[in-house]
Amino acid sequence: MTERLSNREGIKGMVNPTRYGLERVAYWMQRLSGLGLLAYLIGHIYETSTILNGKGAWNNMLSLTQTPGGHIVLVLVIGMCVFHTGNGIRLMISEGGKGVGKPGQPEYPYRASSLNSKQRLCIWVSIALAALAMMYGAGVLLGD
Amino acid sequence: MATVEISKEQKPEPAKAPVQSTPKTITLRISRFNPSENTEKKFEEFKIPVQKWTTILEAILYVKQNLDHSIAVRYSCRQASCGSCGMKINGKPRLACYTKISELESNVITIEPMNNFPILRDLAVDFKQLFSTHKKMKPFIVNEESEVQSSTKEFIQTPKDLEKFLQFSYCIKCGLCNSACPTMATDKSFVGPQGLAQAYRYTADNRDQGKKDRLKIVDQSHGIWRCHFAGSCSNVCPKGVDPAMAIQLLRGYLLGFRK
Repeated sequence: MTERLSNREGIKGMVNPTRYGLERVAYWMQRLSGLGLLAYLIGHIYETSTILNGKGAWNNMLSLTQTPGGHIVLVLVIGMCVFHTGNGIRLMISEGGKGVGKPGQPEYPYRASSLNSKQRLCIWVSIALAALAMMYGAGVLLGD
Repeated sequence: MATVEISKEQKPEPAKAPVQSTPKTITLRISRFNPSENTEKKFEEFKIPVQKWTTILEAILYVKQNLDHSIAVRYSCRQASCGSCGMKINGKPRLACYTKISELESNVITIEPMNNFPILRDLAVDFKQLFSTHKKMKPFIVNEESEVQSSTKEFIQTPKDLEKFLQFSYCIKCGLCNSACPTMATDKSFVGPQGLAQAYRYTADNRDQGKKDRLKIVDQSHGIWRCHFAGSCSNVCPKGVDPAMAIQLLRGYLLGFRK
């Protein structure tokens, strides 16, 4: 039997944030921020574990992280953390069947009730809170 | 025989000539792939005249009739009822019969087979997995007290009861939702939004007693928990079924928020 092309979009299609609206962008950002936070967690555990090798090793590590580059990474971590939390709360509530609208007679042009304005507002609020937190963090870490 | 005279004011005006639409020429880029002959997809371009009401399906049929009859395409009802003509049109899954060229606002239209389905040939894809998943969801009323027996009464269902599932019964199994789903893009064992929405449709029906069975079917490693509410399925559904809502409501049963 001839092997058929499975034609799956793969990771390239999964991460493409365009085409399907704000909810797909939020999905993509949630995944990206989750991976970013996981990478930070691993890095952070490694960073703090250097203290076990003595004061010198710890100071060497600090000289690497307490730099403008290190602080920019921390600002990004703050943004990812706030967005992931805000959007995550939206998802947890929605995934219990709350805030996704009520089933009813669909009418043309068939706008999906689950992709409603409350959901979009929550996504925008999560983005705005993340931006504000990043600005505050940048002010503290990079200012003066 | 009595005659009725029509005064000058009442005389009907002569019928106006129908408004003519100016035809324009667009380029149709159609993906070609025959698994028995090719190893990769390739695109063939066709320049065709279109009116403002021309649909993608009509454009493909024009190409088949006048330029290249070998293009493989599946279609039937031409009115968004049969779910046969789903394809990727300018990067997004849509029904070819339901999509007008004018609404795409582009002079170059790229048509490909739907993603996440094996290609049979050109634009026709294999629905075997979609139908088998649909069947697994027990898409029928599970009730030991059958309606057809004379000794039993008919099942009472209020309009409110009907509203709980009616929307989800409009699914035409076109597969657009599965094609747009980001989880389907990477997980070949995932049930998919179509199957999950149908599981909810029958679970929410007050005549049905198969809730436990269906929840057991969807509550598995490649089941309902793989949905991350990206909403793309509902974004592309041509019938307003809103599979994303159905999935979240179905999850509500599993989490104990709904009974």
